[in-house]
Amino acid sequence: MLSKDIRNHFPILDQEVNGHPLVYLDSAATSQKPVQVIEALDRYYRFDNSNVHRGVHTLGNRATDGYEGAREKVRKFINAKSTQEVIFMRGTTTAINTVAQSYGRANVSEGDEIVITHMEHHSNIIPWQQLAKETGAVLKYIDLEEDGTLSLDKVRETITDKTKIVSIMYVSNVLGTMNPIEEITKIAHQHGAVMCVDAAQAAPHLKIDVQNLDCDFLAFSGHKMCGPTGIGVLYGKKDLLNNMEPIEFGGEMIDFVGLYESTWKELPWKFEGGTPIIAGAIGLGAAIDFLEEIGLDAIEQHEHELAGYAMDKMSEIDGLTIYGPRDPDQRAGLVTFNLNDVHPHDVATVLDMNGIAVRAGHHCAQPLMKWLEVSSTARASFYLYNTTDDVDRLVEGLRTTKEYFNDVY
Amino acid sequence: MSTNKLDQLYRSVIMEHYKHPKNKGVLENGNVTIDMNNPTCGDVIRLTMNVEDDIVKDVKFEGEGCSISMASASMMTQMIKGKTTEEAVKLAHTFSDMMLGKELDESIDLDDLEALSGVAQFPARIKCATLSWKAMEKGVSGESQ
Repeated sequence: MLSKDIRNHFPILDQEVNGHPLVYLDSAATSQKPVQVIEALDRYYRFDNSNVHRGVHTLGNRATDGYEGAREKVRKFINAKSTQEVIFMRGTTTAINTVAQSYGRANVSEGDEIVITHMEHHSNIIPWQQLAKETGAVLKYIDLEEDGTLSLDKVRETITDKTKIVSIMYVSNVLGTMNPIEEITKIAHQHGAVMCVDAAQAAPHLKIDVQNLDCDFLAFSGHKMCGPTGIGVLYGKKDLLNNMEPIEFGGEMIDFVGLYESTWKELPWKFEGGTPIIAGAIGLGAAIDFLEEIGLDAIEQHEHELAGYAMDKMSEIDGLTIYGPRDPDQRAGLVTFNLNDVHPHDVATVLDMNGIAVRAGHHCAQPLMKWLEVSSTARASFYLYNTTDDVDRLVEGLRTTKEYFNDVY
Repeated sequence: MSTNKLDQLYRSVIMEHYKHPKNKGVLENGNVTIDMNNPTCGDVIRLTMNVEDDIVKDVKFEGEGCSISMASASMMTQMIKGKTTEEAVKLAHTFSDMMLGKELDESIDLDDLEALSGVAQFPARIKCATLSWKAMEKGVSGESQ
């Protein structure tokens, strides 16, 4: 387990909510920000604020250095070969839409197949639905095993020579399942398809190596990994990106502009139309520094232990159902659950009155809710600043919830 | 635990409606059907009504949702049955005002609905309480499916 002192880096955690010390268990929705990130944003706006890639003055240079320096930090963070493969975007959703609209429109035709799974969240379903509608392609789902995992046999059955794109989440935001991306990528490549990885729930929690994974595209958001909102990353293999057209046109992404024809900048800037998210990128760079100082392996181990502890404790509560794989080795640091007879919103409200923040609802994964045969669930998601004390407070809160509703029913 | 505030929300009359909802089901001879959902949380409701001569002759609901949304739907069906569509809409507006903590028209009898006044203190739950009312307003305004 990581030291409890890590909490001291997160000023937001040091407060009372509804008369109780805050227990924040909603990091899968968005993580809290360490003081290092808050200060990096403050420093940029206070001393360096300027546009990038255009001014020849000192502030412009500082802003450009900060922005491009953050790109290099991201490159190292995911072990991309080149910064040309790292494109700053608004978040995972924009990144996946870019792949669908740019690569997808150019390479997918009627009768081709796009393969996703039943566990995807909306950001990795709807862009492909739209692409399938626009092109006449077939959207296929890999069915899940009963415990909410993917079997490679079913992956092999679903991906065919007609498959052009496979897009799968690395870690499920509901089930906690960690998917065998490396193996799925190999299968996709055997059939000539490209592999797109939705790493929104993976990048904050485990070491990503895009060269080892050999994936073609990978998308993640900064705000789930201690960075600011509004910044995310699309990684793509250089050869693919070089052959793709931008989907946003205008300032910053152009090279030469004529009256009727224009040319684009080289990678990665041709995909970054308009003034980019400068402060966001700098904040993301600071978040990466922070996470790497602690170590992604240590963070993964911490969350793994915490989720195991939580599952053990929560399993002792009568009438509590936990979704997703029971084997702690197959899952990440979150526990999605339902408490018999008490709707998840009611659970979340009672917990909130106890200062405990959890998510309740469909978690932007409506097809998965249907697969689970529930309308919604509650979810406690952990991050590096959570402790076993937080889990104990959650368990106590759930017992209180049960008692409260038993009394009022 | 802050049970006082919670007790304001989960009053016994609400839990009674949740546990034993009134007018639950689908109206076989209904001439108005409205499906509505709350996309942020997944609550769904199907409202079937029989509206004749601008009067809500009968109404039933079914759906899935939290105690607040289902209790509110149950109360709503009780309250609007037999009312004119104009009266039903006026009641919906009064209910909406109550959710927003506004001063209410005292001439309107809210009956069981008053139990939902505590929801105003829980902004995140207001949409739960108003889902069925929005469906009803849509239905009586002729936007049936």
